Amino acid sequence: MSRTDLGMPAFPRAAERATRDQRLRGNLRHATHTIRAKRATAVAELDDWQRLRAAGAAVKNRTLRHLDHYLLQAEAAVTEAGGTVHWAADAAEANRIVAGLVKRTGEREVVKVKSMATQETGLNAALEAEGIRAYETDLAELIVQLGHDRPSHILVPAIHRNRGEIRDIFRREMAAWGRPAPEALGDDPAELAEAARLHLREKFLRAKVGVSGANFLVAETGTLVVLESEGNGRMCLTLPDTLISVVGIEKIVPTWRDLEVFLQLLPRSSTAERMNPYTTTWTGTTDGDGPRAFHLVLLDNGRTDALADTVGRQALRCIRCSACLNVCPVYERAGGHAYGSAYPGPIGAILTPQLRGVTDPLDASLPYASSLCGACYEVCPVAIDIPEVLVHLRERVVEGGRVTRHGARVTIKPAKGHAAERAAMRAARWTFDHPRALRAGERLASRTRRLHPSRLRVLPGPARAWSDSRDLPAVPPEPFRDWWARHRAAKGERE
Amino acid sequence: MSGGRDVVLGRIRRALADVPAAERPEDVAVPRDYRTTHTDDDPARALDLLAARLADYRARVHRCGEQEIPRRVAELLAERGSRAVVVPGGLPSAWLSRAEGVEVVTDDPGLTHARLDGVRSVVTGCALAIAETGTLVLDASPDQGSRRISLIPDHHVCVVRAPAQVVASVPLALPRLDPARPLTWISGPSATSDIELDRVEGVHGPRVLDVIIATTDG
Amino acid sequence: MRVALFITCVNDALFPGTGRATVTLLERLGVQVDFPAGQSCCGQIQYNTGYRHETEPLLRRFARVFAPYEYVVTPSGSCAAMVRENYPRLGERAVAEGRGGELAELAAEAVPKVRELTEFLVDVLGVTDVGAYFPHSVAYHPTCHSLRVLRVGDRPLRLLRAVEGLELRELAGAQECCGFGGTFAVKNAAVSSAMGADKVADAVATGAEVLCAADNSCLTHIGGTIARTGRGPRVMHLAEILARTEADAPSRTAEGFRR
Ligand code: SF4
Repeated sequence: MSRTDLGMPAFPRAAERATRDQRLRGNLRHATHTIRAKRATAVAELDDWQRLRAAGAAVKNRTLRHLDHYLLQAEAAVTEAGGTVHWAADAAEANRIVAGLVKRTGEREVVKVKSMATQETGLNAALEAEGIRAYETDLAELIVQLGHDRPSHILVPAIHRNRGEIRDIFRREMAAWGRPAPEALGDDPAELAEAARLHLREKFLRAKVGVSGANFLVAETGTLVVLESEGNGRMCLTLPDTLISVVGIEKIVPTWRDLEVFLQLLPRSSTAERMNPYTTTWTGTTDGDGPRAFHLVLLDNGRTDALADTVGRQALRCIRCSACLNVCPVYERAGGHAYGSAYPGPIGAILTPQLRGVTDPLDASLPYASSLCGACYEVCPVAIDIPEVLVHLRERVVEGGRVTRHGARVTIKPAKGHAAERAAMRAARWTFDHPRALRAGERLASRTRRLHPSRLRVLPGPARAWSDSRDLPAVPPEPFRDWWARHRAAKGERE
Repeated sequence: MSGGRDVVLGRIRRALADVPAAERPEDVAVPRDYRTTHTDDDPARALDLLAARLADYRARVHRCGEQEIPRRVAELLAERGSRAVVVPGGLPSAWLSRAEGVEVVTDDPGLTHARLDGVRSVVTGCALAIAETGTLVLDASPDQGSRRISLIPDHHVCVVRAPAQVVASVPLALPRLDPARPLTWISGPSATSDIELDRVEGVHGPRVLDVIIATTDG
Repeated sequence: MRVALFITCVNDALFPGTGRATVTLLERLGVQVDFPAGQSCCGQIQYNTGYRHETEPLLRRFARVFAPYEYVVTPSGSCAAMVRENYPRLGERAVAEGRGGELAELAAEAVPKVRELTEFLVDVLGVTDVGAYFPHSVAYHPTCHSLRVLRVGDRPLRLLRAVEGLELRELAGAQECCGFGGTFAVKNAAVSSAMGADKVADAVATGAEVLCAADNSCLTHIGGTIARTGRGPRVMHLAEILARTEADAPSRTAEGFRR
């Protein structure tokens, strides 16, 4: 979806609109607060959580520092097990590969299990252009697809919708895609889930091609791993004759044993369960069980650019659990759409500007979409220091410098619109480094305080954004340093 | 195709210019001081924990001696009103010996998905069960069959033989599983949290999961 | 014990009462405090907005000014966090950029001395009862940097619980950010304001007379929101509560928001 989202408003504007949408805010608040508490309970059950977290981060660091080695190992293992491995440098190449593979089967439709990678590449639209229909089968993805909507959350793409809205979408749209919704469909979640079951069952049973992503790819064995809840993943992974999995190159883990860490970290961080209902692992193809043809498409699409950044690299440790979204106060109020990519929330704010660069105004605004409160870092199961990466990317935006884009080292200019800010920051630094000047300024403010309006209601320039909703404190009669001078003199006299 | 491969590998190598050429993957330390298990060694406790954790995620748990399996299976099929049941080719034949009036369909590549969709129940064994997480793992062995048979029918009866098949934790489970086999890890019936992040049981997979924990020594 | 006060630029210019209270409190506890006049700002705003190089002279100044002291005490969680977390990073970066180890050395000298006020009271002085008297109901907001970077834990609450006459009220959603975030408050004003409004609503729900925190930057945001709407508790820095004794007049702070 990378390019189709361009032209969207920069984050602050989109977020502002979201803050005024009371229903959206209610839906998001309800959902994120529900899962927050549950995650905390699920995590508290394991007294070695911080150790697991350190191990998870270390396994991913090992992988990333030797990514070429592990990819080649995985390629050999998958091929040995009967699969075919393809490499895609960007979204267009990945989509071309998948469309070509589908066409070769002679089929015109595919069933899909939720995959962030194919959302990122905009696969569905690319297939549509080739006359191939992609059916999303994850309940939330189905809601998004039927609602002609965009996903707004990694785990629960329809988190912005409440049960009533979902019922309306099902009633209105299901018939156009296949089996209609039951006449008297209500808004009970169990009823809605049942409607999805009936609607999708016929598609699963007739599908000849399945498309998936993967949570993990084990290098030493060539095993792919998909965690899910509903069973739609199992349907897509086992019933079709052909399975195509599009997997980001950073999804690798070195060994089978490494799963012992991630299968503990991911479910508890993600759905707040000890274990998600279904996990499927497969290695190539198996006679008499599941697809006869398996294709693995390894996707770069900007990941190697992030890898080249020694600070930003840690974002590639992400296992897409969405804990950082659920705990983020900014995400809760801005909603997922404001982030303008498949990756909303704190992880989106550090990943998108690395995958796509910071030349687009939206992408350049993402590193600022945070109050740096640190809640995301605290919950991240692979200890990505999101605030650190945000500040790092802010520097890239305001200072420019050497970065890697599409595999080449280039020098980017500072983003536009920061000139006044840069000047102010320089001036502030100068003043702070010259305390006498600082003191003179403070005194001036104090002495002229009678001339200040009794309440600062509307500030000029960018500071107006402050005064729209908040007062400023009044300037005190004297700065602390003047009081200190008197205090010390008085004390000296006493002693 | 090879174009993409060379491009991506070349980019990776340039991106990792900061990694010393002599560094080997194993040189990047991975601390493994986390627990192997969160449960003590007592097998009886592991069994109780397994039962509790399965039930916590809405699986229905039945504990019995191994000789009682046929009776329990028959009861569970009758309770669901199942007139047909699919079984893997290697399921111990005794397990269905008491299920009267139930058509037994054997797993076979020739069986169509549509035919399977008309069968209400499935009975399988498992490769192992993980107590801490309430998880059953199926590895497509002869007593478990192909992956789809435990997926399409709406009612899954899974027999766990205790204590042999029960492990305490995920780290203890993985070494006992063969990654070359297709594995399905099942923790409770199908569920979703997609509506308001609230868990609802029962979407595409079996909506009823009956687990018989059968103790070998009776 | 040579103790310097790092008052921070915001407190110096806008909230001198917090500095006065900190001095009063520490002197009452028998600590000889000094305020080296060469100090200025920790550089947090510049650093967090992406102007990290602009912060380096401030690191040098900080290290130089506080070199003679054993402890540097500050009544600002976020400024303490800036020094403790980011000064070493500035040093590492300079090394990585081939600019030598000077900044790293200065950071290594300065960082271990820095204590946020509640850390200094509880860990260094070993007191929780500071002899304060404050007969009011109070809710405490544990600001993000104190909570998640410094990890001050329950130190502030232990100090508050020991204050005579004080009735502590629990703040719902206490761990959630108030929405200040430095330039975030301006760059993403709508989200920042929405967060501030929710924080104020939680504070109002406590029914407390006073909302306190150990960081005036957050209190500027929360207090500014309350002043604008005219609804909510009075905001006060924790130091001002801890400095009060029975001998004090009921209220003597002059600065803050005009109501
Ligand atoms: S950044 Fe961390 S918390 Fe956020 S989705 Fe990725 S792994 Fe989860």
